[in-house]
Amino acid sequence: MSGQRAASGAALIILVVAAAGFPVIFSSPVVTNYAVYALIFVAVVSAWNVFSGFSGYISLGHAVFFGSGAYTVGIAAKDWHITGTGVFALLPLAAVVGALIAVPFGLIALRVRRHTFIVITIAVFFIFQLMAYNLNSFTGGTIGMSAPFLPWSPTTFNDRFYYIAVACAAGAVVMSVLVRRSRFGLQLRAIRDDEDRARGLGVRTMRVKMTAFMLSAAVAGLVGGVWFLYLTQVLPNSGYDPLFDLSLVLMAFLGGLGTISGPVIGALIIEPGQLYLTIKYTNGYLSEILLGALFLLIVLFVPRGLVPTTGEWIRRARTRGRPVVPPASQRAAVPQPGNGAPTTEART
Amino acid sequence: MAHQIYQAIADGILVGGVYALMAVGLTLIFGVLDIINIAQGVLVILGAYLSYELSARLHLDLFLGLVLTVPAMFVIGVAIQWAFIRRLRGRERTSMTLLVSYAVALIIEGILYEIYGPNVKQLSASYVQSSVHLLGFYLSDIYLYGFALAIAVIVAIYALLYRTRFGRSVRATMQDETAARLIGIDVNRVAAITFGVGVAVTAAGGMMFGATNSFNPNSGYDLISRLLAIIILGGLGSIGGALAASVFMLTVESLVTIWSPEWAIVVFYAALVVVLVIRPTGFFGRQPVRAQ
Repeated sequence: MSGQRAASGAALIILVVAAAGFPVIFSSPVVTNYAVYALIFVAVVSAWNVFSGFSGYISLGHAVFFGSGAYTVGIAAKDWHITGTGVFALLPLAAVVGALIAVPFGLIALRVRRHTFIVITIAVFFIFQLMAYNLNSFTGGTIGMSAPFLPWSPTTFNDRFYYIAVACAAGAVVMSVLVRRSRFGLQLRAIRDDEDRARGLGVRTMRVKMTAFMLSAAVAGLVGGVWFLYLTQVLPNSGYDPLFDLSLVLMAFLGGLGTISGPVIGALIIEPGQLYLTIKYTNGYLSEILLGALFLLIVLFVPRGLVPTTGEWIRRARTRGRPVVPPASQRAAVPQPGNGAPTTEART
Repeated sequence: MAHQIYQAIADGILVGGVYALMAVGLTLIFGVLDIINIAQGVLVILGAYLSYELSARLHLDLFLGLVLTVPAMFVIGVAIQWAFIRRLRGRERTSMTLLVSYAVALIIEGILYEIYGPNVKQLSASYVQSSVHLLGFYLSDIYLYGFALAIAVIVAIYALLYRTRFGRSVRATMQDETAARLIGIDVNRVAAITFGVGVAVTAAGGMMFGATNSFNPNSGYDLISRLLAIIILGGLGSIGGALAASVFMLTVESLVTIWSPEWAIVVFYAALVVVLVIRPTGFFGRQPVRAQ
């Protein structure tokens, strides 16, 4: 057990060094640009996963929080005449706005389940996108908002944002680890498995779902603010982008819904791939067909996601066909394979 | 002003008929297969392009062309169900089917872009532009025909469901798939045919949409979100509900357009949210949507 801990500690150190050293080795702004977008998505998908992955309520409305975070930073900077690096002080505000939007949104949407929940999130998403178009004086309408100028030289601009994005991604991942290990995370997964039974067992389902929704929304809002400052502008159809929501779902599914590393891996594979395809095939249609085909391949061949499937292969290779669970007579003597996280599946 | 309101209501009802044509397939597929077919919006557009080909190249009448496009779309629907939807099982089925049908939508949209490009098209016929003056209202011919077509299609689907042996097995599958399987119903066949019928209906919906709106391959997205709102409001799986909800939603939208065209679509979605807060099963929902 201690050897395993040392190994994971070493892996963590290597990961930190690799993340810190990345822009030093790959100094080309083209590469760091890919990295910034990938990390932004790592953060948002992890946040999405804290709610949707753990609770089983698939949200197709997280662009609401992401776009609102972007608009919050833009509008506040413009109205309060904040310039220069001071705009970063507005990021907590973006998180607060995200969480506040989640309250009425959740009160409506979390009353219903499954398909209806998904459709309501889509409906709320469109309401926000149309508001961004129509509230001209507030959001700039079709022209959108521009970010205040950051006094950073073009050579270091991407590198600085790289580290900001790394911090966001790390924060979101740490948050999902903490949630998963907590009693709260266990309650969320109980809701995913059987909401009525969870309620019967004393889980305050509405409160738990709402907390997760707000937490997820706050991170999405904050990262939306970072994204806006990096891109320096937001339009109604880029901030509130339907493809954004579907990308989140695809990334989480590719990696493994409800796991910690799955969404991270999914985002790191898909976002750079998507960027590369859009840049290479400028007409965009071919990249769309390829993306759709990738979708189908994932769902048909690794339906549970890369991380759980790979874990299964490794286990199968290790046990060489022997049963993974020892027979009941031995089980009392064998310590439970502790991975730190109790699973709700182990209901006997 | 009063006359303007009556005219808006009349328009809303007629346009609602067109939307009902597109929505019945979606709600039928949901009722039997328990999936939301995101590709339905793009399939409507595909139907519109098929009608476009027939009318532009072969100079076939739009309504006559349906004789060819409806069977074609039926085959496409059965193929999609057989190739992708059939395999999905298990706990994540809801979201999986959503993703699969979205992927299908992306691929179809990409192919349509490759063939037709982003320029908008519209179907044309002698009755698309003309209108009749009836009881003081100007009603356009195409909408009147479309409304009649919608009623005919809905009656036909009802007849299929309630007057045939196949319809009985469909309804049994809707009620309880396991029990239906146990009494010897070939559930896979029922699912495939229902998916085919649901998609075939979009050929008619697509023809009507193409005749009353200009469209390009990207039009499917706006459409699918409206159709989803309609079938949820009508009660998932209820065909009559889809018609009622289409007429209701489009009348609301048409009325709001009198005062403010840019907010009409917001009201469309807001109406959905308000109705669901009051009545979570929609207008005619038999199965409670809250049930897991």
